Amino acid sequence: MFAKEVLTGIHFFNGDQACCEGALAAGCRFFAGYPITPATEIAESISRRLPELGGIYIQMEDEIASMAAVLGASWGGVKAMTSTSGPGFSLMMENIGLGVCTETPCVVCNVQRGGPSTGLPTLVAQGDMMQARWGSHGHYEIIALAPASPQDMFDFTIRAFNLSEQYRLPVIILADEVIGHMNERVIIPREDEIEIINRPKPTVSREEYLPYKAEADGIAPMATCGDGYRIHITGLTHDERGYPGMDAKTQDQMVNRLVAKIRNNRDKIIKTKNLYLDDANVVIVAYGISARSALQAVRDARNEGIKAGLIKLETVWPFPEELIRSLAPQVKAFIMPEINGGQMVLELERCTGGACPVTLVSNFGGSIIHPGLILSSIHKAIKGKS
Amino acid sequence: MKTFKEKHIIFTGFGGQGIVMAGDILGKAASIFDHKFATMTQNYGPEARGGACSSQVIISLEEILFPCVENPEILVCMSQEAYSKNIKSLRDGGTLIWDTDLVHIRKTDIPEKAYNIPATRFAEELGTKMMANIVMLGFLSAVEHLVHADALKRAILDSVPPSTKDNNINAFNTGREYGHTVIKGLEQPEHVTD
Repeated sequence: MFAKEVLTGIHFFNGDQACCEGALAAGCRFFAGYPITPATEIAESISRRLPELGGIYIQMEDEIASMAAVLGASWGGVKAMTSTSGPGFSLMMENIGLGVCTETPCVVCNVQRGGPSTGLPTLVAQGDMMQARWGSHGHYEIIALAPASPQDMFDFTIRAFNLSEQYRLPVIILADEVIGHMNERVIIPREDEIEIINRPKPTVSREEYLPYKAEADGIAPMATCGDGYRIHITGLTHDERGYPGMDAKTQDQMVNRLVAKIRNNRDKIIKTKNLYLDDANVVIVAYGISARSALQAVRDARNEGIKAGLIKLETVWPFPEELIRSLAPQVKAFIMPEINGGQMVLELERCTGGACPVTLVSNFGGSIIHPGLILSSIHKAIKGKS
Repeated sequence: MKTFKEKHIIFTGFGGQGIVMAGDILGKAASIFDHKFATMTQNYGPEARGGACSSQVIISLEEILFPCVENPEILVCMSQEAYSKNIKSLRDGGTLIWDTDLVHIRKTDIPEKAYNIPATRFAEELGTKMMANIVMLGFLSAVEHLVHADALKRAILDSVPPSTKDNNINAFNTGREYGHTVIKGLEQPEHVTD
């Protein structure tokens, strides 16, 4: 039987299955990983699907090796990903940094569960938001997306691959146990309706090619092994040739470029879904599963005549700083629900610059946030100012 | 079929009974073949088999935002532990369904709407107790109107291995027919099937 690359049609998938199908639709043909709850179903699904599409699935000895294999595969010229959770994400940190430094396109899906450590293997949390930001050592920028449904898992996995190819870095999908394990309708479009972006390739001659020399958009065209270009890949600070340069100047040039290629393209990378925002005086900023509870609370508040609005963060990193800054002087309060002790709320507070109060609605993991708790917080915010 | 705006259902039992699959099939039937909205979430412990597990299904005419089921209108129990753990969550006026041979119900717990079927025994008689979940779905389709029986059958065919399709449809029909008999016995004409 001929296997289909894109399962066009209507499905009742869990988020993990949707992630697998999104990856395949994006052109992913290599997966290395170590199964872990609640991300196991990504590995399980893709281990069945990849071989029938001529791709490669490898179950590695651990997550350190998994991430290394993914980087190697990407340099070998294929789109590659891995998936993990909690402890596995911690083990991947060093090689995620290597991926950032060597500008290697790839995707890491972290289906978050309760931590620290082994924590709650089968239960939800959103505790790895800051780890995704700066979990590897050194200074860098990252892109992370936060799906809020199995449909988002499909769509955002494709976008994660596109962003990773376009900006040449590991892109992280910060899902959570409920999204990963929840089944819901997923509509997969026709193949020709799916936008696919592939890494920029060199157009200059072999003699002229410098593997880390950026073009005007800040991105260096990427020759992979076998393309015939000379490449050198190292985690040491390197110059445009890829050769180590152990001095402050080379460090400044390299890190500056790694940071600038993301910062300067923020408007193209950042996506939010703004609902009921135009006349809102209390704004909920939410992501992942918590964005669903937030939307319920906003609708309930609207039914009571309260002008509540929602910013659903589809990208959590980079954070939509400009949007928050522009809204802060106009609104009575911001509220952020998240399943951790308060991580993204720190970023929200920073961006409001004290212009309005910011309230955190949270728990440490194990259950999702009830819309009623967010609604009470909206009530308090309204009273506090009037 | 009576219309409803939203229904919350919990299937519960132990790992290996196909509890999650039952929820998956019901949700798929509603979401794909009956054109409603549905979510299915699951709860289980770190054990692969044998631990308590549950699947929670919401079927709605509108988009579902909060996917957790706190107080189901329908509670299906396929193990004693699952019953003891979940019976208190059943909504007032809700329906309790259990496997006759696997669950002993306290008389004080029995709600007005209560049905039981020896689903596991029937499945064993049909060849394998692995199909107890499908027998239960057939029974559920006769005693409660959540989705069309055809939609459920299509969802079953879409979910089971090709070589087991006939057996699973048999299992579904067995449960459904038994359900019709039970309903008739109770003389509740408003529950007659679609």
